[in-house]
Formats: sequence, C-alpha cells, structure tokens
Amino acid sequence: MSVPSLLAPPGFPLPTEEAAEPAYFGDLNLDQLIAAVTAGRRAYRLQPVFYTPLHDPVAVQWRQRVARDMEHPAVLAAVGAFSEAMGQVHRYLRMLADLDYHFHKAGWFLEAVRRYIQAAQALAEALQAAPLRSEGLRAFRDYLGSYLASAPFRQLAAETESVSRALAAVRYCVHIMGDSVRVRPCENEPDHAAEVERTFARFRRGEVKDYRVPVYVRSGMNHIEGQILDCVVRLFPQPFAQLDAYWQRHTDFVDAGLEAFAQEAQFFIAYLETIAPLRDAGLPFCYPEIVTDREIAAEEMYDLVLALKLVASDQPVVRNDFALHGEERIFVVTGPNQGGKTTFARAFGQIHYLAALGLPVPARRARLFLPDRIFTHFERQEDVRHARSKLEDDLLRLKAILDAATADSLLVMNEIFASTAFEDALFLGREVLQRIVATGAVAVFVTFLSELAALGPQVVSLVGQVDPQNPAVRTYRIVRQPANGLAYALALAEKHGLTPQQLERRLPR
Amino acid sequence: MRVFLLYPDSDFDPQASLPWQAEALEQDLGLPTVYDAMANGDKYLRDVARSVLLHPLDDPALIRYRQAVMQDVLQHPEVVQALYRLPLEAQRRKREQWLGIFSRSPSGILSSAVDLLSMLVELLRALKTLADQHAADFASEGFRRFFAAVQRELDAAYFAEVEAHLAALKLRKGVLLSAELGPGNEATHYTLRKPEASRKPILKQVFGRTPSCGFTIPPRDTHGSQALGAIRDRGLNEVANAVAQAAEHIDRFLKQLQAELAFYLGAANLAARLAAWNMPWAFPTPLPPDTGALEIRGLYDLGLALMQQQRGVPNDLQANGKGLVIITGANRGGKTTFLRAVGLAYVLMQAGLFVPAKAMRASVASGVFTHFKREEDTTMESGKFDEELARLSAIVEHLRPHSLLLCNESFSATNEREGAAIARQVMDMLLAHGVRVFFVTHFYAFAQAYRARAEEDVLFLRAERLPDGRRTFKLRPALPLSTSFAVDVYRRVFGSGA
Repeated sequence: MSVPSLLAPPGFPLPTEEAAEPAYFGDLNLDQLIAAVTAGRRAYRLQPVFYTPLHDPVAVQWRQRVARDMEHPAVLAAVGAFSEAMGQVHRYLRMLADLDYHFHKAGWFLEAVRRYIQAAQALAEALQAAPLRSEGLRAFRDYLGSYLASAPFRQLAAETESVSRALAAVRYCVHIMGDSVRVRPCENEPDHAAEVERTFARFRRGEVKDYRVPVYVRSGMNHIEGQILDCVVRLFPQPFAQLDAYWQRHTDFVDAGLEAFAQEAQFFIAYLETIAPLRDAGLPFCYPEIVTDREIAAEEMYDLVLALKLVASDQPVVRNDFALHGEERIFVVTGPNQGGKTTFARAFGQIHYLAALGLPVPARRARLFLPDRIFTHFERQEDVRHARSKLEDDLLRLKAILDAATADSLLVMNEIFASTAFEDALFLGREVLQRIVATGAVAVFVTFLSELAALGPQVVSLVGQVDPQNPAVRTYRIVRQPANGLAYALALAEKHGLTPQQLERRLPR
Repeated sequence: MRVFLLYPDSDFDPQASLPWQAEALEQDLGLPTVYDAMANGDKYLRDVARSVLLHPLDDPALIRYRQAVMQDVLQHPEVVQALYRLPLEAQRRKREQWLGIFSRSPSGILSSAVDLLSMLVELLRALKTLADQHAADFASEGFRRFFAAVQRELDAAYFAEVEAHLAALKLRKGVLLSAELGPGNEATHYTLRKPEASRKPILKQVFGRTPSCGFTIPPRDTHGSQALGAIRDRGLNEVANAVAQAAEHIDRFLKQLQAELAFYLGAANLAARLAAWNMPWAFPTPLPPDTGALEIRGLYDLGLALMQQQRGVPNDLQANGKGLVIITGANRGGKTTFLRAVGLAYVLMQAGLFVPAKAMRASVASGVFTHFKREEDTTMESGKFDEELARLSAIVEHLRPHSLLLCNESFSATNEREGAAIARQVMDMLLAHGVRVFFVTHFYAFAQAYRARAEEDVLFLRAERLPDGRRTFKLRPALPLSTSFAVDVYRRVFGSGA
C-alpha cells in the first residue's frame, strides 16, 4: 500500500529539499516566524515546506482542509503525541549501542516497541473518532487502519504485551546492612513512609516542601545495579528467557509510512502550536477564501510576528481591516511616525504568504489572491554610503522589481525615499507609484508623502490614526477615514469606561 | 489540628498578597500609624497587623467571632502570652541547636528530620499541658474549639505512637527495600519496608527458607560502596520526605498559632495605649450589608490621635440609609480627617476589632476604597485628569453593591465645569448600583444638584466655620454654602493684607 502525503494532493509536486529562503523573508519578518515555528524541530527538516508557497488554488484549498482537520483539538493532540513518541522510539533504539548489560539492552528494546505500539494505536483511535473531512488525513487513516490490522503488527503487539506482563510481575526485596547485600522475594512488609505519614496526618495541611532528593535516572547501570539484576535474573529466570527470544524476532519493527507521516504532520503542528498562544489571547485566525480577481479584503488583520512578541509580554495587538474594490490596486499608507504603518505593510505581505502555504492566517476573515511573486523594498537603515550612490542603488533595485512584476504580483514598498530631499522624494514617489499602477500589481506603499494618497482611482488612501483623546498616544490603527472629535472630558470619561452606559455595564447589581 | 482563631474555618495566611489598592488605602487612611501602635516595636506584630487589617471580613458573624476571641485575649493575657511563647521557643531551639534540614542526601535528611521532629514533639507536650490547665477559663468559640482539638488529638496514646516511630527511624538493623523492574529492567520504586517485629533474629526470620542471592562489596571498591549508598538513599527518599514533611507541618502549625495570636496581641497593645491616654473605644455592632445602617457616636481619627497623643474633636454621624454623603465646607475644617476616621472605623470593625468611638452600628461594607486627590493631580496639566480617571476606573472594576468609596476632592484635576459633569455622571451610577460614597468636594454646583434628595438617600455634611472665621472641626448636617473658604486660609497664611 503506497504512503499518502499530507502536503499535496496526488499528482501535485511536493516541496523539494533544495527550496531556499525567499528574498523578501527578512523584510516581512517571515524569517523570524519560520525560525520560531521550526525551533526545536530540526530533525523534521521543515524549512523547505515553509519556503515553497503554492500557486494553485486547488492545492491551497486541499492543504487548508488538512490543516482544518489538524486543528481539531483531538487530532492536533493525537498527532503531536504521535510525533513525539516516534522521536522517543528512535532515541531508545540509538541508545542500545551504548549499554553494557544484556538484559538492560533487552529492557530498553522492549520499551521502544511498547512506545511505538501505544503511539500507533492511540493515533488510530483518535483519527477514527475525529470527524475528518480532508482527503489527505482520510487517506492516511485508511493506511494506518490496514497496517494495524495486518498479521505482523498484531503478532508484535501480542508478544509485547505478554513479555511486559511477565516482567512487571517481578517484585523483589533488597536488604542492605553495611557493605553486604541480599536479594530475595518480598513478604508483604508494610511501607514505612506510609506509616509515618499516617501518624502525622493530623498536622497535614497545605503544601509543604518536597524533601525528596531528585533521583537522577541515567540510562546506564553500574556494577552494583548489574549484580542486583543478575540476582534477580537468577531468582526469576522465566520472564528474562521470554524477553530474549522476543528481541531476536522483532529487531526491525518501525513502519516507513508511519515515519513519513510523523514528519509531514509537523508542518501543521509546528505552525498551529506557534500560533496557539495568540488564539488563547483571543486573536483571530481564519482560512482565507482564495480568489482569482483582485476583490481582496481582510478584517482584523495583524502582524503575526509582532503579535507573538506582544502577547508574550501581555500587550494588546491592534488589528486593521483592508479592502480593494473595482480597479483599486494600491494602498498608500500615510500618518504619524511609529503609528503602525510599517507593521500594516508587513502584515499585508505576511497574510498573503501564509495563505499560499495553505495555513490559517492572522485575521478574522480574509479574501486573498495567490501572487505569482512577492517583491519588497524596505529602506536599509544601516546604509552609510554616499547619498547619490545609495539612491542609485535603490532605484536599480526598484527597476528590477518593476521589470519583473506582473499584474499577478504583490509589492510591499516601505518608506522608499525617506532619506531623500522632499522635492526629490515627491517626484520619485509619483514616478514609482505610477509605474506600479501601470503593472497592475497589488501593492502597499508606505510613505510620508500625503500627496501620493490621491493619485488616481487605483489608489486607496489609508491613514495611521492618533488617539483623539490624547494626541501623544498612537493607536496603531490604519483606516480610510480620520476619527471623530469628541469633547475632551467626555472622551476621556469614555476612554476610562466612566460614561453612564459603560458604568451600567461594568458595575454589578 | 488547626488554629482557626482568626477565621472559624480557614487559616490566616500572613503571606497572602495584599489586596488591590492596599497601598493607596494605607496612605489615604493613615493605617501605618495604627500598625505601629499595634506593633509596639515588634516588626512581626506589625506585619501581621497589616495583613489582617488589609483583608477585611464582610460577614457580621465572622466579625463577632473575632470580637469574642479578642475579649478572651484582653481577659487572659498571661495564658495567651504563654501560648505565644511556644512557637518562639521552637524558633529559638532550631537556631541554637542547629536543628533543620540542610542535608542533600536522603539519609542525612532523615536523621536531621528525626532530631527536629523530636524537639517539636516536646513543644506539643507543653501545648497540651497549657490546654489542660486553662481551657475552662476561655469563653470564645475560637479558643474553646482550639483547646478542645489540642486535648483530643494529643492524648497519651498518640505521644506513645510518635515516640515508637522516632526510635525505629534510627535504622539500627539495616534497611530493607522493595523494588520492581522499570523501563530497561532498571530497578524502580525502591521503597523502605518496615520489617515485622518478631523475637527471631532478623536474618533468620527473613531469610530462613526463601531462596536468596547476595554479595558483599570488597573493602577497596569505593565506587561499589558509593553505588550501594545511592541505592540505599533512593530507598530512604520517601521516608525521609515523610518525616521531614511531618516536622514541617508541625512547625507550620506552631507558626500558624504564632501568626494568629500575633494579631490579637497587637490589638491588645493598641487597647492598652488607648486606655493609657484615656481615649474611648468600643466594640461595634456589625449588621448585614442590606440594612444600610450607619451610626457612629464620638468618632475620632485614630491615626491623628495616635500621632498627637490626644483624641481630637469627636464627631457624630447619623447616616442610616444614606447612599451618598456629600461633605462640603471650610477648607482645613476637618473634612479629610473625618473621611479618614470613617474609613478607619470601617477597617477596624471589619478586622473584628474595637473602633475609636463611643459607639458604632453599621452594615458591613463590601470593600473600602479611597479615591483621594493626589498632589500630582492638582496641576491641571494635561494628562493629570487622565490619570485621575484611570485611577477611578480601576476602582470601578472592584466595586460591588455595598462597597464603601471615600472620595476626597475627586475630579479636581480639571476645571470645575468638566469635573462636576463627570462627577455627576459617576455618582448617579454608583448610587444606582448600591455603592455607598462619602464625597468631600468643593464643587458647589455639583452638590447643589443633589439637594432634592436630602430627605432621601443623600446626606449633606458641612465643616463648621464660626462667624469669626475659626474652625471647630465639627461636621454638621447642612447644605453646601456657595462661598469658598479658601480666601481666609490664604489670608491667614499670607496675613490679612494679602
């Protein structure tokens, strides 16, 4: 039976190992996102998948369905647990080579198989119970079902159970007096600690310190422990003989299909786990509708990377809406410094990229297109070269972008002429903007030049807002219209939840 | 076995985090002076006093429970002092005999825990003796239950059982451990077993018939000895923990006793000081919140009195059923002092103590909150009003029906027109939601707006000023006057020609 993939429908290409980080990753802070997502998951080699955006709505929608299934808490938990268990199985097996005592190795081999069986069964059970809708996960569920029903697997499970039970029944006592040790079967002597606890139970209340010294369990056995184990083998020979025979029969027990699943599933799990704290903090995510026209829109979009930082320090995350209608293609974003303009531009790029990975995107609702390419141009702050050669370099980069951009591309332009003289900047800004209009590409154009905001019907003006009650406070809201003006005191009262209507809601009766 | 002298069914936690806005309440009501009087130089008493006063009771039955214990403490100070010495003695011996659990190995922990436990058991015997001698003299439910529990739980049979354990735990006959095979066939669940008592020598009894297998570590094998020691330690881990935890629980019980008695001893210090200065105090009558009762006779500001060592001008308050008390009148006429006195009386009543007044009858408040003008609020600089409203908004978050809110010149960080407008909006809603507010204000128009309700749920008090300009520091029921008195304060400070 062939192994189904979770990443693409049958017949579509899969990401290749060679895929490299796209040029715009740094500007959009996607490099930070992918670093966070793949942290601690090096073994799964996830980067190529994250570096390969899809261009076909069919493939995106197919992957969205897998991701939706994965989001089901039971599925997410089960698949995550499975991946972790497979990692553990491999760690145990690698460890055998380093062990000295025969029955110590045999014991860890048994442990690896137990973990594997338990993981596969738990996964199957969870997938059976889950309302799977995606073709990808249903195909894998069928595969797993027939594997578990196969004769070799059932044989493995039965023998594992039997040998484990025999070993678990072994219970022995060790008497230590000075340097001499005696091992023998136990005779129901009472637990001394429990007796002490019973006597002093009347004083027990609340949590007290745990005085137990942490037992450092090494995967190793010193010669005293080895000699005690030898004694135990001598006193209870039968279960150990059974273990020996079992080990020889089942050396190669891991199925290749389950192995591949554990790896691919990490693409979804890694992302979903990364965004989980944001969801817990009440931030929305959605699966965007994929459109082929340019009637794109989003409600409550935000910068995912910034949100991860803000939520970690309990700060609020400002969300913004956008929409293009008819011939509109370009958002020109103006407004005060530090007002959230760049963040808006980044978020706009991120949301399109994440949509093309088939993953949930940081917004309440979204209708997005799949760009053929994404281009970004951010001012390089650290550039100390001569202004003239810097400008020349900037313009060369811009020309390369404008030459390559098509009506299906997405451009994110951030303060491109901020360090140029005003008149020059205005001239250059007009020129570049008109050229962008001519490509027909969708773009975000962040600028301090408010003149550019009214360049034509393709241009939508967005303005970063300030707090009407306190002009020193940035709201990080980016909207089409300026805010209203309330009387100072009443506006302040409202800001603090002290209007009669707000108090009526806030005060309990 | 529990102490339960502060709460009839739970422990007082001296480490409990202070309630929200505790620092503001302390500053506004002058609580630190009260703590100092209760501490009488003892920092521990001060910390306990602070913690208890800042965690008010809101059930009249609980308040009466503490009032009764307090009366017992005032009547039998020497017995209470003797009880209080037991936890102090535990601390002293721990310090002087180096008793404590400092070891990092289970065998070390076990032996030091056994020593510590032996010492604490001795003090429990002393506690039992005190209970046997004095239980009958105490009348409060709190003390009666406490002594009864001591007498019931710590009888002779119990002490015998404890001594037997302490002897056995010296482990003179080696250790017997049980174990099982864990992952990788590594030994797990090492557990110390208690060999059954028998007349036969232990080895014959245990190993007489059953098959066994053994070895002895050669004298030069130090690694082997260490490895065996590690196994022994794993086996002793649980029992060492059990003994150490038993010691800690008893130690904590004594500390709990110390903390709860400390509060009453602090209050006794305060009572002694008031008696010495001839200042009146009385146990108040706490009533359920919905009665809306509030009458105080001869109320004075305890904080001010303690600082000046004299009582100050007493005031009477008749505010039964009044939801809003608007206090106007002469500047420096005693308005803030009165507000503070009311707040302090509530805090003390709801800690179960006596109050600085001749008599008090009041429904309990669901929390006492203060919104006092801050120095930085007075500059009318942009942003100050913002901060003031932010503070109020934070308070609103904690208000419930029957909360008590003391406002001192609130909303004064902006001009009067704006401040009064907001004040009106807010006060209307607080009243409608059953919050009781004392509002010291100079907003004449604002106060005026509530005139019609003077016969109903609004009480107007005015700081008195005599025709010659002198203040009496008396607050009398009276409607606000439109003239500000600030002018004459100014004149007095700068001279009449100013």
